[in-house]
Amino acid sequence: MTSLYELEQHDDFIARHIGPSAADTQEMLQTVGAESLDALIHSTVPASILLNAPLALDGSRTETEVLAYLKQLAMQNKVNKSYIGMGYYDTITPPVILRNVLENPGWYTAYTPYQPEISQGRLEGLLNFQQMVIDLTGMDIANASLLDEATAAAEAMALCKRSNRLKTDKFFVDAGLHPQTIDVLKTRAQYFGFELVIGNPHTDLAQHEVFGIMLQYPGTTGAVADIAAVIRQAHEQKALVCVAADLMALVMLKAPGAMGADVVFGNSQRFGVPMGFGGPHAAFFATKDAFKRTMPGRVIGVSIDSHGKQALRMAMQTREQHIRREKATSNICTAQALLANMAAFYAVYHGPEGLKAIAGRIHRLTNILAKGLRQKGVELLDDTWFDTITLVSSPALSLQGGKGAGVNFRQCADGNIGVSVDECKTGADIAELFDILLGDGHGLDVATLDAEVVAENFSGIPTAYARDTDFLTHPVFNTHHSESEMLRYLKRLENKDFSLAHGMIPLGSCTMKLNATAEMIPVTWPEFAGIHPFAPNEQTVGYRAMIKELEDWLVEVTGYDAISMQPNSGAQGEYAGLVAIRRYQESIGQGQRDVCLIPSSAHGTNPASAAMANLKVVVVECDANGNVDVADLRLKAEKHADNLSCLMVTYPSTHGVFEQEIVEICGIVHQFGGQVYMDGANLNAQVGISKPGKFGSDVSHLNLHKTFAIPHGGGGPGMGPIGVKAHLAPFLPGHVVLDSSPHPNPSPARGEGLKDGVGAVSAAPYGSGAILPISWAYIKLMGAEGLKRATEMAILNANYIMQRLSAHYPVLFRGANGRVAHECIIDIRPLKAASGIDESDIAKRLMDYGFHAPTMSFPVAGTLMIEPTESEPKEELDRFCEAMIAIREEINKVQEGVWPADNNPLVNAPHTLDDLVNAWERPYTQAEAVFPAGVSPTAKYWPTVNRIDNVYGDRNLVCSCPSVEAYR
Amino acid sequence: MSSIPSDLKYTKSHEWVRDNGDGTVTVGITDHAQELLGDLVHIELPTVGAEYGAEDGCAVAESVKAASDVYAPVPGVVIDVNEALDKAPEMINSDPYGDGWMFIMRVDDEDALGELLDAEAYEEVAAEA
Repeated sequence: MTSLYELEQHDDFIARHIGPSAADTQEMLQTVGAESLDALIHSTVPASILLNAPLALDGSRTETEVLAYLKQLAMQNKVNKSYIGMGYYDTITPPVILRNVLENPGWYTAYTPYQPEISQGRLEGLLNFQQMVIDLTGMDIANASLLDEATAAAEAMALCKRSNRLKTDKFFVDAGLHPQTIDVLKTRAQYFGFELVIGNPHTDLAQHEVFGIMLQYPGTTGAVADIAAVIRQAHEQKALVCVAADLMALVMLKAPGAMGADVVFGNSQRFGVPMGFGGPHAAFFATKDAFKRTMPGRVIGVSIDSHGKQALRMAMQTREQHIRREKATSNICTAQALLANMAAFYAVYHGPEGLKAIAGRIHRLTNILAKGLRQKGVELLDDTWFDTITLVSSPALSLQGGKGAGVNFRQCADGNIGVSVDECKTGADIAELFDILLGDGHGLDVATLDAEVVAENFSGIPTAYARDTDFLTHPVFNTHHSESEMLRYLKRLENKDFSLAHGMIPLGSCTMKLNATAEMIPVTWPEFAGIHPFAPNEQTVGYRAMIKELEDWLVEVTGYDAISMQPNSGAQGEYAGLVAIRRYQESIGQGQRDVCLIPSSAHGTNPASAAMANLKVVVVECDANGNVDVADLRLKAEKHADNLSCLMVTYPSTHGVFEQEIVEICGIVHQFGGQVYMDGANLNAQVGISKPGKFGSDVSHLNLHKTFAIPHGGGGPGMGPIGVKAHLAPFLPGHVVLDSSPHPNPSPARGEGLKDGVGAVSAAPYGSGAILPISWAYIKLMGAEGLKRATEMAILNANYIMQRLSAHYPVLFRGANGRVAHECIIDIRPLKAASGIDESDIAKRLMDYGFHAPTMSFPVAGTLMIEPTESEPKEELDRFCEAMIAIREEINKVQEGVWPADNNPLVNAPHTLDDLVNAWERPYTQAEAVFPAGVSPTAKYWPTVNRIDNVYGDRNLVCSCPSVEAYR
Repeated sequence: MSSIPSDLKYTKSHEWVRDNGDGTVTVGITDHAQELLGDLVHIELPTVGAEYGAEDGCAVAESVKAASDVYAPVPGVVIDVNEALDKAPEMINSDPYGDGWMFIMRVDDEDALGELLDAEAYEEVAAEA
C-alpha cells in the first residue's frame, strides 16, 4: 500500500516543472538510443567532471510548503514608512498595472523582442517609455532602459569619453551625487583608466580640464542647484555634461535638456515600480541626437512592414556586443523591459495632469514640512528642494520616536538627517513627522502651515527652475485614464505578443524554461516589495536569511566558495568577476597580467566585458567540430604566460557541446598563471551533474534568469550573481552604503570602497533583491533530485529534437557519441545556397506555425540554435519538430521551382489577417499561408504585422511615438 | 562575382585606394565588402584634419546585420570626407567605387602605396573571405 508520505506528494512539483511524463521520457530515450537518463548523461558529459554524489540539498517540497516557509521568512522583514530617498521611493503601483503586467505571465514570460513581428505590444510600451523620458528630460532621444541609475552613470561617463576629442582622462563628479552612484563610478573609472575629480562644480570645475562632468538634479541632499550655470561653464571648457535626474522632480522642474545637458539619466522606479530591496527597476538614459550612435543599450525604433504599415522594432542593433564584441559601446545586453513598461504604463495611466497632481502633492507636503521645521528652529542644509530636505544635526531634533515609530530616515554619515517625501505620503504623515522629529508639544498644525504655504506662495523650487514646457502631449498619455480603458489598452498590447503562455520559445542560449506561478507570487508580497535597499539591517532579517540560504545552495550547486548577489545582469557579473580576478592578481604582485583569452565561439559580451576591465583580448581558435582548439590555446597561453590574466570560456560551449577537454583547458590556463572565468550562460546543463568550481574554474556568473527560473520579462530583468573560489572572495564587490560582501567591513561608512574588495558594481547591495525569491523558491521546490532531473531532461529534450530533425537539417556540431548538450545548432547555409531561403525566412515562417523562432545566427551566422529546456512536454517538442519538417518540405517546393523564389509562404512570412483581406494573388492558398500543417484554427496565434523592414528603420531612425494618424 | 577595377589598389581589410596623383588618395570599401555587409544604413566618417597610421580604424560602415571598421590604408591626414553618405549610405551599395567613396587622405609617405595589393592579389583575398 502507498505510504501516507507518498500520498502527500512532496515531490509533486518536479513533474509540474518538467514537461515530459515518465512514459514520454522512455519513448524519447528510445528515439535517441539511450537505455536510461543516466546512460544518456554518461554518454554526453565527460566522465572527468561528472559528480559521483547527489547535491547536498533538501528534497523537493510542495508549492504550499514552500510558500508557507517563505512567508515565515518574509514576515521577519519590517516594512517601515520610508523617507530615505537616495533614488528609491515608496510608490503606488496602480492595481490595474500590478495585476495585468507585473503579475501577468503574458508580460513577464516573453523574451527580448528580437522577433518584432510577434512583439509589437511590448515594443509599443517601450516606445512609450522612450517618449516619456524624452519629454521629461527635454532630450532628443532615449533608450529603452538600463539596469540601474549607478550603472547608467557609468555608461554616461563612458559615452562622454567616446564622444569628446579632448585628450584628458579626467572626469568631474559632483560630490552631490548619491553615494552609491559615486561608488560605481569609481569602480568603472579605475579600469577605464579615468581619473575622477570629486568636488563642488560651482567652485572647483574651472580648475580642471576634464572630458565630462556629472551633476545630480536635484542633488542627493535635495537641493535644486543652479545647474544651468555649471553646464555653461563646462561647455566653455569643452566638457560634456551628464545630469542624473529624478523623473518625478522633472514633472515640476525645468528639463535639463533645455539647459544644454548632453546626457540625462536616472531611475524610473518611483513611477509605480516597488522598491524591492533595490530592484529590479528600469534606469533611463537620454542624449542628444548627435550622440545617438554611441548610446548604450537597446533602442526601439519605428519602421514599416512589407505592406508599408507602421511597425516597431529594436533599432541600431549592430552597436551591440554580439556584433561589435570588444569594440561595442558597452557590455550591456539585457535591459529592464518589464519595469520600463510598468513605468511607462504609470505615465499612460496618470497622464500629464495626473503626474502634475502627484508631483504637486509631494512638493506641497515637502514645503509644509520645511516650513514647520524652520519655524521650530531646525536648520535645513539647503534653501531649495523638490521632495527632499536635509536637516542639519542638532540637539533640538528629537529622534526618540525614530525607528520605533515605524519610519526610516536617511542617517547621513555627518549626523544630518535626510527626509524624502513620496506619493504615498499624506498630510497625516507630515503631522506624524513633526511629532517624531520635534517631540511632544511642538504645536505645529499641518492645515495652518498649508494655508501659510499657499498664501505666501512658499516653494523650494527656485522660480528660474520651474518647468515651463508641456510634456506627455502624445494621445497615448491622454486617453487611457479610466480603469476600463487602461485595462483594455494593456490587454490589447499583451495580445500582440508571443510569450510562454502561447507556446515554446526555443531560443538557444536563452533557456526559456517554466517560470512557475508559485515562484512568482512572493515577488509582490509587501514584505519583499516594500523594502528600501538601504533599510537598516534589523528590518531586513527575512530578506537576508533568504539570500543567505540561496547563496549556500548556489555554493553547493556550483562548487564555489562564495557568492556575490550584487551584479544585476549576466554582463555585470562578467565585469565583477573579471575585476575580482584583476584585483586578486594585483594583490599577489601580478598586476601586469592583462591578457584575456577568449575562444572565437564566445558570446560577444565576453570580449566587451574584458575590454571594460582593461584586458587585451586574444582570440583562441575553434577546431572543425566547434571545440576550443587546445593546441592553439596552449600556444597562446604560453606565448602570453607573463601577462596571462584569464580565459573566458562557456561550458557547455556556446556550440551546445560538452567539450571533453575542459579539465585540460582549465589546467593549461592555470599552468601559465591565469585564472579561469567560466561563463555561466549554460550552467543549466550542469546543475546536479557537474560543478564548475570543482573541475578547474575560478569564477562564474550565474544567470538566475536562465538556470534558476527568473522570467525574462520581455527583455529584462536579469540577475547575474557571481560565484568564486576562496582566493577571489576578498575581491567581491562591496557597497558604500550597506556592505553586502561576504566579508563585511566592520565600518559602515567606508567611503573609499573596500580596501581589499572592489567597490560596488551595481546601485543596490544585493542587486535586484525582489526577484531573488523566485530562484530561492525554484531550488526549494525542486530539491536536489528535481534540479538534477531538470538538467538531465534539458539534455534529453535537446537530443530528442536533434534526433528528429537530423534527417531534415544538417546538425552543425555534436560532442562525444554524437550527442549535443542542452541545445543544438542546425545549419541553414547549405539550404540557402540551394533554395535562397535563409534562417530568417524559417524564423518568420515558424510564427505562422505558432512558434517563436530559435536563436538566429548565433553563435554561427546562417544557423538556428534550438534550446527546448526541460519544461517543454513531448507534445510541444513534436509539434515543433513537425513544423520544422513541414517547413523543410516547403523549402523543397521553392528549390524545385513549384513556388517562385520571391513569392512563397517562406519569404512572405509571417502572414497576418491583413494578408487575408487584401487581394490574394499568390501561388499558394490562404489556408497554406495561415493554417499550415498542424495548425488548428482554434489555437491560432496571429502575428499582428507582416515582415518588418529593418533597413528602412535604420536609415530613417525614429525613436519616439509617431503621430496617431500613423497608427491607423 | 563582384567587381574589382584594375586601376585601383586594395587592402586585405577590403578598402580600395585610388591614387589621385597629387599626393592624395581616395578611399572606399570594395564591392565585395558591401556585398558582405548588405544594405548600409549609416556611415561614421572620420573628421577632416585627423591623422591616422596605416591600419588605424578611422570610419565605421554600419548595415542592419553588421558594423565594420574601415581602416586607413596608408598613414596620412584626412582632408575631405563624402558627406553625402550621411543622407544616402546606400550609395556605397549602388556605386562603391564612385559616389560611394568615403574619404580623401593626404599621404605622408608615398612609398606606402607600393605595399598595397593590386587587383589580382585582392581577388585572391576576396575569394577566401
